[in-house]
Parts: sequence; structure tokens; C-alpha cells
Amino acid sequence: MTILKVTGLTKRFGATDVLRGIDLEVARGERIAILGASGSGKSTLLRCLNFMERPGGGTIALDGEILGREGRTAERIYRESELIQVRQRVGMVFQQFNLFPHMTAIGNVMEGLRTVRGMPKPEAEARAAKELARVGLAEKADTYPAHLSGGQKQRVAIARALAMDPEMLLFDEPTSALDPELVGEVLAVILALAEEGRTMLLVTHELGFAYHVATRIIFLADGAIHEQGTPDEVLKNPKKERTRAFLASHKQFSF
Amino acid sequence: MAYQWDFSPVLANAPLLVEGLVNTLRVTGTALVFGVALGLGLALLRLSPRRFLSWPAGFVIEVFRTTPPLVQLFWFFFALPILVGIEMTPFVAGAVTFSIQSASFFAEVFRAGIQSIERGQWDGARAIGMRHDQALRRIILPQAVKRMIPAFMERAIELMKTTTLIATISYADLLFAANEISQKTFRPLETYTVVALIYFVVIFLASQVARLVELRLARSGESTVH
Repeated sequence: MTILKVTGLTKRFGATDVLRGIDLEVARGERIAILGASGSGKSTLLRCLNFMERPGGGTIALDGEILGREGRTAERIYRESELIQVRQRVGMVFQQFNLFPHMTAIGNVMEGLRTVRGMPKPEAEARAAKELARVGLAEKADTYPAHLSGGQKQRVAIARALAMDPEMLLFDEPTSALDPELVGEVLAVILALAEEGRTMLLVTHELGFAYHVATRIIFLADGAIHEQGTPDEVLKNPKKERTRAFLASHKQFSF
Repeated sequence: MAYQWDFSPVLANAPLLVEGLVNTLRVTGTALVFGVALGLGLALLRLSPRRFLSWPAGFVIEVFRTTPPLVQLFWFFFALPILVGIEMTPFVAGAVTFSIQSASFFAEVFRAGIQSIERGQWDGARAIGMRHDQALRRIILPQAVKRMIPAFMERAIELMKTTTLIATISYADLLFAANEISQKTFRPLETYTVVALIYFVVIFLASQVARLVELRLARSGESTVH
């Protein structure tokens, strides 16, 4: 069952075409890892899916419903209220965590429930505590982000996204800002979510992790899907030359 | 010919000074409250992507930042009654002038504060479904205000000293009281020295309080540094 359907998605920053017509269908429960060199448009693609960036052209349909309405240009017109609904259904985790530094860990997780959902405080607190426990940070509830490690910050950020009950999760290079020894704890949390059968799109440079966790790999080059398939197909037997070169450069110093 | 300092005639007029100080604090306080509120409003308008909102706000801010406050005060007090028939008491004219004048400075402090918050904070807020106004109120402003405290304090001090201009339209503030006392006692040196001391004490105490607040915010761990 398709949850998200992207058709002909384009995005341009100034004179640069960052996305040149992306077609993508995501089924419920699917886990897609998006790979690509820097500048290939993978982060922009992800950010368009929950409208952190407005798509320049093409359509995005959530649960069969095409978002926005046609305008005079290729760019569709979106109501802010519509996008706010979408963002609650499509959660996002950022490379730089983007935790709110003036709130404790539990305050961060509660914030959406309180402000966006209008949930009463005791209820929001209970829910937030549950999400913090899920990412293994129950005992850090009252700690401010400044006193958390990078890995802990990212786990709080994941809990914050989960608290909104998203139907789909977007991870934008969730471990790229972490010291190597902290990567594992974050990947373990993402893996646990994968095992729950959650739908997720993941931009990452961790090829090994992508291989284990993803049901499909998409290789992006120059703002277009260059190659896609199962992890075995794309990572072990890439058909295209550019995919091969990308994988080779990533494995250059592996042992 | 050493000057013979004699403060007793000034101290004999202490009630006048107290009344003047109270009036100075009234004008300063009123202008501070309205100036901050109006300043926030102006800053938000100026940051709006809609030009019909940002340009008028920018215009008001620039006019009041670039013209002398004394001229503004005269304008509100003397020109408005003639031009549009709006008459104001010296207090109201002063409060209005200094509110708008300080608002134009506070607006820039707010704007700088808001713009100093990383884009990621907006991203984080929007990603959990917050509206623009919710993100501003819950996420951006609380952090921005903390960073603004030193600049804010600077403006508040400037404001208190600027209110001395209100003496020129015969409002009995501290400086006005000083004029009176010095004319009555023929002791201008002593009078103005005492008045300067009063300004010093009030402003110094206020800035110490602000420093304490800043320190506490820094120590509580809610530092806005990542």
C-alpha cells in the first residue's frame, strides 16, 4: 500500500537545478536509504517531502491525496495549514539535531504534544517519558541539551519526532555530525524502529548500515535517481558506472 | 580661590528631587513598557517577507533612529496640536515620543536577536508541526531574548538619560527639578552634581540586576550555546 507518491519533483536554488524530476513511490513499511555524493540533491529531496523546502515543480501525494493546488506556474500552491498537517504525519530527524537548547530533554519531546496538539501537561509528560525510555534516555529527562553527548542529543531528537506519532520518518544524515564512537547508539535506535516495521527514508553515508536496514537503496546523482534496487542489487552488484565509482570511493579505506 | 562646596541648600530641597526622580522613573518606565512591546511589533513587521508590512515598519524605525529626540518631542508636543488638533500633556507627549523612539531602537535589538538564532531551530520547530507564530513564541524568542539582554540594557540606560529632554516642555522630571533648585539656591554645581549622582546610582543598580539575571540564566544550564 502506497503511503507517499512523488511525481516529477523538481527544485532549483538560484540557477542550480538541485532536483531534476524525481519519481518515487514509498509503500508502508518500506525502508529506503538514499545515497549519493554531496550536492546530489539527497538532503533537498528529503526536505521537500515534509515541505521544509517548497518543491519547485511536480506533485507529492500522501495517502493518495495530492497536496497543494495548481498555480499559474509549475510550482503548486500550498496552504500553511495543510503543510502543518503533513509535517505531523511525516517526522524528521536532522543532521544537527536541532534540539531546543532552552528546554530539557523531556521538554523537547513534550513541546509538539503541548503546543501543536494541545495535550494536557500530565499526559504529554507521560507520553514523552515513554518515548525517552524507548531511546534509552529515561534518566536524562531533566537534562538540558548542552549537557548531553551528540549521540544522546540525536536520540532525544528521534524521541521528539516519535512523540508526534508520525506515519513516516525522514532521517537526514542522522549520524554525520557524531563522533565515530557515538554513531552506534543512534544506529541501534534506528534499527529498533526499523524492526517495528516503521516506514522510513534515510539519507546516510553509512553504507553498511544502509545494507542491513534498508529494503531499497536509491542512488542519486545530479538531482535524479541514477540507480535503485534492493541493497544486494545496488550495493553488491551496481549496474551503473557512477554508482560503482561512488561505492568504490566509500570503500577505499575499509579493511 | 578654592570653590566652597555647600550641599546643604540642595539637600534642603530633597522633596523636589524625590518628586523629580519619581516622575523620571514614570516616564522611563512607561516608555520602556510600550517601547519594548512596540519594538517587538516593529521588528516582526520588518522581518516579514511581505513588503507592504516590512517597508512601513522600516520607515518608522529609520525616521525615529535618525532624527534628534528633542525634535521629535517638540513635534509631538507643539506641532500635533496645530496640525491635527491633538493636544497632549507634557507627560503624554514625552511618553509617546520616547516610546516610539526607543521602540525603533528596540526593534533593531529584537531583529538582531531573532536573526541570530540558527535556521535549524526554525527547522526543528516546523518539523514537529508548529506554525510560524508558535515557533516564534516558544522556540525563537525565548532564546533571542536571552542573547538580547546586554543590548537591551544598553538601550534602557540610554532611554532613561534621553528622558531628561522632557524638562524642556516643563515636565517636572529630575532635571527639571535640578533647574529649579539651582535657580532658587544659586548652587548649580552642587545641584547638578547631586542629580548626576542620582542618575548614576539608579542606572548602576539596574545594570547590576541585569547582570545577575544574565549570570543566573547562564548558570542554570539553559545556555543557548549548543
